[in-house]
Amino acid sequence: MKKSKAFWGFLVLALVIYAVVQGMISGGMLDLYYQNILIQMCINIMLAVSLHIVIGITGQFSIGHAGFMAVGAYISAIATMKLGLPLIVAILLGAVISALAGLLVGIPTLRLKGDYLAIATLGFAEIIRIIFLNVEYVGGAAGMVVTNMTTWTYAFVGVVITILVIANFTNSRHGRGCISIREDEIAADAMGINTTYYKVVAFTIGSFFAGIAGAIYAHNFFIIQPTTFNFLKSFDILIYVVLGGLGSLSGSAIAAIFLTLVSAYLANFPETRMIIYSVVLIIVMLYRPTGLMGTKEITSLFKFGKKGGSKV
Amino acid sequence: MTEKKTLKRFASVFLASSLIVGALAGCSSSEEGTTTTTSGGSSSGSSDSSEVIKIGANLELSGAVASYGSSIGKGAELAVEEINAAGGIDGKQIELVKVDNKSENSEATNAAIKLATQDKVTAMIAPATSGNVIATAQIANQYKIPTVTASGTAPNVTENEDGSINDYVFRTCFIDPFQGIVAANFATELGAKNVAIYADNSSDYAKGLAASFKQQIEANGGKVVAEEAYVAKDVDFKSTLTNLKSKNPEFIFIPGYYEEVGLIVKQARELGIDVPLMGADGWDSPTLVELAGKDALNNTFITNHYSSQDPEETIQGFVKAFEGKFNESPNAFHALGYDTVYFIADAIKRAGSTDGEAIQKALAETTDLSLITGTFSVDEKHNPVKSATVLEYVDGNQKFNSKVNP
Repeated sequence: MKKSKAFWGFLVLALVIYAVVQGMISGGMLDLYYQNILIQMCINIMLAVSLHIVIGITGQFSIGHAGFMAVGAYISAIATMKLGLPLIVAILLGAVISALAGLLVGIPTLRLKGDYLAIATLGFAEIIRIIFLNVEYVGGAAGMVVTNMTTWTYAFVGVVITILVIANFTNSRHGRGCISIREDEIAADAMGINTTYYKVVAFTIGSFFAGIAGAIYAHNFFIIQPTTFNFLKSFDILIYVVLGGLGSLSGSAIAAIFLTLVSAYLANFPETRMIIYSVVLIIVMLYRPTGLMGTKEITSLFKFGKKGGSKV
Repeated sequence: MTEKKTLKRFASVFLASSLIVGALAGCSSSEEGTTTTTSGGSSSGSSDSSEVIKIGANLELSGAVASYGSSIGKGAELAVEEINAAGGIDGKQIELVKVDNKSENSEATNAAIKLATQDKVTAMIAPATSGNVIATAQIANQYKIPTVTASGTAPNVTENEDGSINDYVFRTCFIDPFQGIVAANFATELGAKNVAIYADNSSDYAKGLAASFKQQIEANGGKVVAEEAYVAKDVDFKSTLTNLKSKNPEFIFIPGYYEEVGLIVKQARELGIDVPLMGADGWDSPTLVELAGKDALNNTFITNHYSSQDPEETIQGFVKAFEGKFNESPNAFHALGYDTVYFIADAIKRAGSTDGEAIQKALAETTDLSLITGTFSVDEKHNPVKSATVLEYVDGNQKFNSKVNP
């Protein structure tokens, strides 16, 4: 009962935000600059939330998320530019192939733990990048020129679906299984939870949504190059999740919004841009060592004094 | 205990909500600012540009290729200063608006959108690398802002895959294939018949150069006896170099960037490969000399956009002015950035207005414009037709060797 209330509440909120922003766009109040920032924000939220399910919920330290983004980006770009498929089909195709890649990588690597898993995922992301680098069909190092087809609507719908699916997954039986792995893998194993299975499921879902984000990214920025998806991109995504608070979905989303805005604003100060950006990160981590939201969700903040609210 | 928790919750709610509110307020307030300027219409836009002409510089000021972007920025700064000191363009001062694109495609697009919609620039200096220029090309076309890249050398910067031209994109540098052709002709001049190519396989720049070099050398009657490749960030090239050595080439063409090339040259000389080595403008960095060592660099050549040792008077004047301002010797990127501003300024002057379409037309019609990196005319593909300079490394210093006309 409570869960479905949150579900509908979120949907209504999303609709209201969409209506307001769309109204402002059609009213000419938001020009391309702001639309572009909004789209970027949406892409970053999708990336952050899709990594959140792997790191924040399941507790698996993956630093190869940009690899799945690259798969989504390239597959969808091939679908639209080379095969002439409509964008929506391309996005889904990119996401599905990305999920398959996640499954493929997840099965062998998720038996690893901690640092070892991190290295394996990093290695995988690099392999993906090098493959695209050497395939002439997608332009190799020169990259692939992609027509701009996304609108704010695509990006926003993507975010809503990502958040809904991942939030519901977290509150489901499978989600609880994943959380138990995060809390104590040995105990979870002892309780009869198939840890590898749940880890692979979380990983695959994460890759699926990273694929959607990649597809929207590819169709917003005119060109995709293998260098775009290097390990620094993975770290950017990791920063959203850690800064927002490991284990908090709304935290990672808020951090993605926050850092996108900081980055966009700082473009005015080219000389000190990266310094200020880094200082912001350090300050946040100093004053909120568990991230902006800790492990709490924004919804749980409104349930003051109540005990046993869903603190996921 | 519970009170404390509640307090904490309040604090985090406050923090989160203030973040969101702040973000929204930031958006709406600055957006109000823009709407007021746009509501004034384009007429007010042109009237306040009677005071200054804004030229945006969308450059790699941080990130992987920051050295290119900031060099172009410095060159552009000097040019703007000179033009303004000489009274500006038809009495209007130039204002350079610099934006950092972090050497990333998406940031290059963002920066271009920002320059077009927020700063409302008259013209733009596009990023230094080809991929980033492509990321801005459609914005330039859409907003009709003439955009000139100083060093984006890939052919598809101005020409799309389907053969159409990006109307508002131009460049100050020659394109990749041209450098390959010059290098091939130079090898033939040296009397080399059997040549080898060792290219950076992770860079389209190097691959483009290698392809045109091969084509030209074969047309000149030479033979490519070996073709090897490396990947950026490699550090050990000895096995491949040994392989190359066994084929006995008389000349090795190594298109790539200075970081790897420095090590390749050093390791090649260590292995006893003493034939002439040649590269292109990607070699041009003081780091190359540090990595390879002065002795190893002897008998190596590069094609470049210009040489600071070119005896021509205008070039020496530029070198002096640059050294006076920045206390360093100008490299090719400095010179190209400098030229880019003069190229744009010349077009604005001839167009007689700050209207994008008029400037675009003037840029396309540029003929025999004499600049530091050569006298050039713009061809129908928006590429300059200009000369290239061949430089030789002698004891760690670049020596002017010859100038090659197209």
